[in-house]
Amino acid sequence: MKLNLKVWRQNNANAAGKLVDYTVDGLNPDMSFLEMVDVLNDHLVKKGEEPVAFDHDCREGICGMCSMYIDGRAHGPQHAATTCQLYLRSFKDGDTVHVEPWRSRAFPIVKDLVTDRSAFDRIIAAGGFISVNTGQARDANNLPVDKHDAEKAMDAAACIGCGACVAACPNGAAMLFVSAKISQLALLPQGQPERDLRALRMVEQMDAEGFGNCSNIGACEAECPKEIKLTNIARMNRDFLAASVGSETE
Amino acid sequence: MSAATHKSSALFKSSLGKKYLMGLTGLFLISFLLVHCFVNAMVFFDRSGSLFNEYAHFMGTNIIIRIMEVVLFAGLLLHIIDGLMLYFQNRAARPQGYAYNKPNANSSWYSRSMAILGTLLLTFLIMHLAHFWVHSRFMEDNMLKQPHPDFKTDMLNLYSLMVDTFSNPIVVVIYVLAQVALAYHLLHGFWSAFQSLGLNHTKYNNAIHMAGTAFAIVIPFIFALMPIVIYLRTIGVM
Repeated sequence: MKLNLKVWRQNNANAAGKLVDYTVDGLNPDMSFLEMVDVLNDHLVKKGEEPVAFDHDCREGICGMCSMYIDGRAHGPQHAATTCQLYLRSFKDGDTVHVEPWRSRAFPIVKDLVTDRSAFDRIIAAGGFISVNTGQARDANNLPVDKHDAEKAMDAAACIGCGACVAACPNGAAMLFVSAKISQLALLPQGQPERDLRALRMVEQMDAEGFGNCSNIGACEAECPKEIKLTNIARMNRDFLAASVGSETE
Repeated sequence: MSAATHKSSALFKSSLGKKYLMGLTGLFLISFLLVHCFVNAMVFFDRSGSLFNEYAHFMGTNIIIRIMEVVLFAGLLLHIIDGLMLYFQNRAARPQGYAYNKPNANSSWYSRSMAILGTLLLTFLIMHLAHFWVHSRFMEDNMLKQPHPDFKTDMLNLYSLMVDTFSNPIVVVIYVLAQVALAYHLLHGFWSAFQSLGLNHTKYNNAIHMAGTAFAIVIPFIFALMPIVIYLRTIGVM
């Protein structure tokens, strides 16, 4: 199988980038997209050229490191899959495929397809945590949690923080990510002590990072590899409103 | 600065504060559309126009309605300013766009085009206000003052102004096209207002979506019928 690639190459954050054409032949349709880029990089290294820089880690869809905008979609055409779980059988032999980095002011390009997503880390540090006492672990089930809430919290916690929501959003908004991180704690009893402060601080940090504003387009939900739902954004809207007008927390 | 003012100003500077404002003003404008549509629908029930003129007379002279007219303009202005701020901030959030993008794979074109649809509606609105509101409020118009044979009291003959305006088929076409833009703006805007205000719940989501879709189709359809019906009356078909 053969693919014609148009890959975004950019030396560093300040350099001008451009799409460069590569043709990779002899591919197996059951290779992952990242393995295909490995093959491309092998060829480039053998020719004495600079390999394409790209983020990757676990290669089993759970770490959130891989991050390419493939064929006009975040993580490519496969529904609910990260780039490492995207296989070449999703493409046709001889297809031309564009590969670009996430495009967001808050995710500056480091090199080629690698972006700096530490804005997400700063949002988590602003309030995406709970305070727990040290010491022995609690007895299991001594803190009752409604089953529906537990499931919704688990669904929100599935967010791997890859940034596909930002990449896919026409507004460059990060609200699906932030709302998932707020929701996973807001739904559980352990998240209640800091609930107001969390909503205020995380939204404040999200705005400071320069992400766009949500206008409920829904591209994030459609492209999220972990199928995080828009209902989380509504929950964040409620929590932030309650914290802003209803609580004494500032 | 007191703590309260600090907090509320922080709320409206935040991204979510702008969402709440967009949703609230949007729902307020939706409530206006409902009243406007109901009053103007009187043209369908009386081809002499006197029923419509009586409703219009009430709307033009009732003190509560006149106060709400000012509130309406304020709400509209907030909706426009907030929308423009969101538009420019969102463009700035992605300084470099994608060389190759397939947005239709994950979202509808009209949900992504609220700013352009809103701009089209504003352009229409300026023309629409020039046609009717400016005439009825500020201009000495002989035609408007002309007493209608059916009138009980001294009231403006707004129906004759409608007949005069919609005797031009180009104006009729522009009005109908504007209702298409309104329909798509509402198709995303109606449920979106609820979502922005956090009103998303599995028990009610279907009802909100259905009400929004119905509103986005029915109201602009009735509005579009008005210039068409009056034009057909002027050329004697209806």
